[in-house]
Amino acid sequence: MSLMTTEAATAPPPDSPESPRLTPAIPSFTRGATTRAAGKAPREVGDEVCLKVDDLKLWYGKDQVLKGIDMRIPCRQITAFIGPSGCGKSTLLRCFNRMNDLVNGCRIEGCICLDGEDIYSRQVDVPELRRRIGMVFQKPNPFPKTIYENVAYGLRLQGVRNRRALNEAVERSLRRAALWDEVKDRLHENAFGLSGGQQQRLVIARAIAVEPDVLLLDEPASALDPLATLKIEELMLELKDQYTIVIVTHNMQQAARVSDFTAFLYMGELIEFADTDTLFTTPANKQTEDYITGRYG
Amino acid sequence: MFTLLSLTALINVLALVAFLLFIAINGIQAISWSFITEMPRASMTQGGILPTIVGTVYLAIGAVLFAFPIGVCTAIYLNEFAKDGFWVRLIRQGVVNLAGVPSVVYGLFGLAFFVIILGMGVSLIAGALTLAAFILPLVIASAEESLRAVPQNVREASLALGATKWQTIFKIVLPTAFASMLTGLILGLSRAAGETAPIMFTAAVFSTAQLPSSIFDEVMAMPYHIYVLATAGTNIEETRPLQYGTALLLLMIVVILNLSAILLRNRLQKRFKRYN
Repeated sequence: MSLMTTEAATAPPPDSPESPRLTPAIPSFTRGATTRAAGKAPREVGDEVCLKVDDLKLWYGKDQVLKGIDMRIPCRQITAFIGPSGCGKSTLLRCFNRMNDLVNGCRIEGCICLDGEDIYSRQVDVPELRRRIGMVFQKPNPFPKTIYENVAYGLRLQGVRNRRALNEAVERSLRRAALWDEVKDRLHENAFGLSGGQQQRLVIARAIAVEPDVLLLDEPASALDPLATLKIEELMLELKDQYTIVIVTHNMQQAARVSDFTAFLYMGELIEFADTDTLFTTPANKQTEDYITGRYG
Repeated sequence: MFTLLSLTALINVLALVAFLLFIAINGIQAISWSFITEMPRASMTQGGILPTIVGTVYLAIGAVLFAFPIGVCTAIYLNEFAKDGFWVRLIRQGVVNLAGVPSVVYGLFGLAFFVIILGMGVSLIAGALTLAAFILPLVIASAEESLRAVPQNVREASLALGATKWQTIFKIVLPTAFASMLTGLILGLSRAAGETAPIMFTAAVFSTAQLPSSIFDEVMAMPYHIYVLATAGTNIEETRPLQYGTALLLLMIVVILNLSAILLRNRLQKRFKRYN
C-alpha cells in the first residue's frame, strides 16, 4: 500500500477507477501517456493494478463461457490461471488483447481496464492495444521468415526502417529471451530450423521486441520437453522485473513454481484468486482444494 | 474385391499409356525444328505451325493475366473477409457452378459479349477474356486453397503483435501463400492452352497471313488447328502427320506446365511441413 501512495502522490491527477475519464477522445495506448489506476487493493494483491477485470461475461454464440469474472492483476508479477480444460482460462486470457474479436459470434459484457483505460471502449486502437499486450501461443508459431525478420516484424509494422535501430532491437530482444547465443551466427536463416523450445523463445523475443507492458502466455510450454520448459520458466522469472506476465497453464507444478499469484477458474467462474503460496497451501475454497489435490480436472 | 479395385485402377493407367503412346508414335515423325519455327505452307498441308504456337501462348498468357488478379482478389475476399452468410454462399455456389458450365457455352458467351456487344471482333483480346472467364473458377479455387493452407496461428501471431488485418494479409498471408498460388496460375495456363471451344468463336481462325501484331488481331491456336485440320481441312488424310504432330506438341506443353506446377507444390509442401 505504501507503494500506491507514493505513486498516487507523484502521478499527475490520479484517476479513480470509478470516475469517468476526462479526456477519452484519444485513448492513450501509447507509452508514457498513461496514468496508473489507483484502485483499492483487492484481496492479497498489494501492488499496482495492471489489468482490472470487472464482471466480465463472454458468450460464444449461445454458450456462456465466462460468467462474471472480477479480478485485479498486479503489475510486474506473474499471475497464473489454472483450472480444468474448458473452464475458460484461455478465453479469459484472449480477452486481454482482444483476440476474441476474431471469433464469430463472440459477445462480451463487463469491463477490462489496462492502467485504468477500458480496452473495450470504442475509441481503442486495437492494434496499438495488442502492441502493448503481447501474446505467446501454445504452439510455437514463427513466421516463415528468417530469425532476424521474425523479431524485427513488430518494429517494421511500426515503420522502423533504420538498420541500426533494428539490429539493436533484435539483439536486445534475443538476449532478453535467452536465445542470442544460440542464434547469433544464423540470424538470417529460416526460423523453422530452430527446435521447438528455441522457436518458443524466438516467439517471446518477437513479442518483447515491440516493448509491451504485458505478456500473455497461453500454455507456452505444453508442447515442449522438460528441459525446454525449464528454460521458458527461468525466462519468465527473468522477465517479470519489466513485464506484467499472465500465464495460462495446465500444469499446477508450473503455476506453483513460477507464479506470484494464482487464479483458479472453474466452469467460467473465478473460484479463487490469491497469492500462489496461499492458494496452494491453504486454499480458502473447497473446489480449489479438490482441484489442486487432484480430485478432479 | 481388392483385385477388382486394383484392376479398375490398372485399366485407367493402361488407357492413359495407350493414349499417350498412340499420340507420340504418330506425332513424333512430324516434329522437327522447322515444324516448330516455320509458317505453314500450301494451305496448311505442309510447313510448320509457328503461328498456332504463338497464338496459343498469347491466348493462355492473356487469359491468366486477367484471371489471376481477379481470382486472387476474390479468394482474398472470400477467405479473409467474408463472414458466412447469404451472399457469400451465393458467390461460392456461383463459382462452383461456373466450373461446371460446358466450355462451348463460354465460347458462345464470349461471342455474344466480348466479340459483338463490346465490339472487340474475333480477336486475341476477346479470346483471352473468354478463356479468363473459363479458368476463373479454377484460379479462385486454387487461390482459396493456398490461403487456407496458411495456418491460422500465424495470422494470430501477426495480429497479436499489433498488425492490422491488411498488414497481416500483405506481409504474412500473401507472401506465404503466393508460391502455392503460382501452382494455380500454372494450372490455369495449361488449362487455357488446351481449350478449343472458348476460342473457336472468339479468337481463333483457320489461317492468318502473319503472326498477330495487336491484341485485336485474329490468331491461330493449336487446339483449334487440330480441330480444323481433322474435320474441315483441305486434305484431311494428307495432313494426318501434321495433326498428330500438333497434338503431341500441345500435349507436351501442357504436361510440362502441369509437371512444373506439381514440382513447385512439392517444394512448397516441404517448406511448410513444420507447421503441421
